[in-house]
Amino acid sequence: MLALNVVAVAVGLGVWAGLARAGVEGLPGPVAVARRGWELIESGTLLKDTAASLRRVLIGFLLGSLLAIPVGFLMGWYVTARGLIEPYVQFFRTIPPLAIIPLAIVLLGIGETPKIFVITLAAFLSSVISTFQGVVSVDKTLINAARVLGARDGVTFRRVVVPASSPFILVGMRIGLGSAWATLVAAELIAAQQGVGYRMQQAQLYYDLPTIFVGLITIGVLGLIMDRILLLIERRLTRWQERR
Amino acid sequence: MNTKISFQQTSCAFPVNGATFVAVDRVSLDIADREVVTVVGPSGCGKSTLLNMAAGLVNPTGGDVYVDGTPVREPGPERGVIFQQYALFPWLTVRANVEFGLTLQRGVGRAERRRRAQHFIDLVGLTDFADALPKTLSGGMRQRCAIARAYAVNPSILLMDEPFGALDALTRVQMQDQLLRAWSAEQRTIMFITHDVDEAVYLANRVVVMAARPGRIKEIIPVELPYPRSEAHRLSPEFAKIRNRVWHAVYHQTPEEEPAT
Ligand SMILES: Nc1ncnc2c1ncn2[C@@H]1O[C@H](COP(=O)(O)OP(=O)(O)O)[C@@H](O)[C@H]1O
Ligand SMILES: [Mg+2]
Repeated sequence: MLALNVVAVAVGLGVWAGLARAGVEGLPGPVAVARRGWELIESGTLLKDTAASLRRVLIGFLLGSLLAIPVGFLMGWYVTARGLIEPYVQFFRTIPPLAIIPLAIVLLGIGETPKIFVITLAAFLSSVISTFQGVVSVDKTLINAARVLGARDGVTFRRVVVPASSPFILVGMRIGLGSAWATLVAAELIAAQQGVGYRMQQAQLYYDLPTIFVGLITIGVLGLIMDRILLLIERRLTRWQERR
Repeated sequence: MNTKISFQQTSCAFPVNGATFVAVDRVSLDIADREVVTVVGPSGCGKSTLLNMAAGLVNPTGGDVYVDGTPVREPGPERGVIFQQYALFPWLTVRANVEFGLTLQRGVGRAERRRRAQHFIDLVGLTDFADALPKTLSGGMRQRCAIARAYAVNPSILLMDEPFGALDALTRVQMQDQLLRAWSAEQRTIMFITHDVDEAVYLANRVVVMAARPGRIKEIIPVELPYPRSEAHRLSPEFAKIRNRVWHAVYHQTPEEEPAT
């Protein structure tokens, strides 16, 4: 499997190099991009940008997930809460986070707050539905099994509903993380001074394709690493699940 | 004999597409203390609904169910329920599943809990699998774990909903014998739903045959075979006679007896 992955990456790089050499308009080759990457690392720019972006994504993602889990539980457990919250969730879900940015700037200014707000919103909206689905789809017989053994509502919730819906929550968190990254570049449109997305926009002004490529690869690699970490946690926490 | 469970004109109707669907219609049945009663009938005749009302998981829409003379309002640990779908907590090991009910009881310490769980794990023959997760167990082992979990809280009543339905014939017979052995040692009241006529007769003091639409009791057939029961009973002519009677009651429900819906 791993061997196939490596082959795929190598072939991809080869095709890329081939296209660049064949002279596709303005396309930099892997070597040029790697050289620019090295320059950006040496000057410390890449590290600073990455740190700034990572901080926003992480804070937004954590806030969004931390908010989504209790709200999702409320919606799944109490019909009233569901009735009150669901219209808003469904409504905001149809609005791309990008479209919220003008509003966020007007209301929250141009500091870190609007950026983190938009990322939080994106992460929240993607994982709240999943948590809610998880709670709703908890097998009723498991709840009944706890009740007949003497469990009251609170115990049933803590010891049955929470663990039973944890696979959904973790999937929701992974989707939320994806949305957080997806929103990052847009969020960094908001008068940022640093960040991978900001760097790419600057590069765009100067037609600096290698820097744009470095940015893309950085975002991809970071996103992939974080996704894998979450996947590992998910595997560990849901080892009890029957997999086909 | 004292009455343990008493259904008195108990009905249950569900709203279905605006209309009401009567799943159980005015059932009256007294189950004596320490009696084993089995319930058979075509699928959809309200067997599970009847049992769930005794468990306190479904509320009657008419009449009431009494346990020890008190109307049932909610589930309670004195009424153990064994579900057809096992309903083990998949994230807990066999031991933690069996201990679940005990952790909810005041005054049962850690050591005592462990000791009692171990006793029932041994009893159902899962000693070597105490630390295994349910996903690694076979259907029969899962069912035995569910039984140990119900036994561990020491209920005076066992309500069993087609508990052996998913087992192969051999395991099934073993489980029936194990159930009767445990029953004669601990003397519980058992209400046992099955769609297997042999099983119904083998276990029961009385077999309740139900009819569908609306769900009601069609016939109650006493099983006049002594306990403890064994293979000899299973193969006896008396057994065959009773089984024939039950079989006819279940499978030859004449159209006149099934009012149109
Ligand atoms: N919660 C419910 N809502 C609507 N109909 C139900 C519900 N529970 C059971 N029923 C209906 O009541 C009838 C009896 O169900 P059940 O007691 O499960 O039958 P059995 O266990 O004998 O197969 C079935 O027709 C079923 O569809
Ligand atoms: Mg049933």
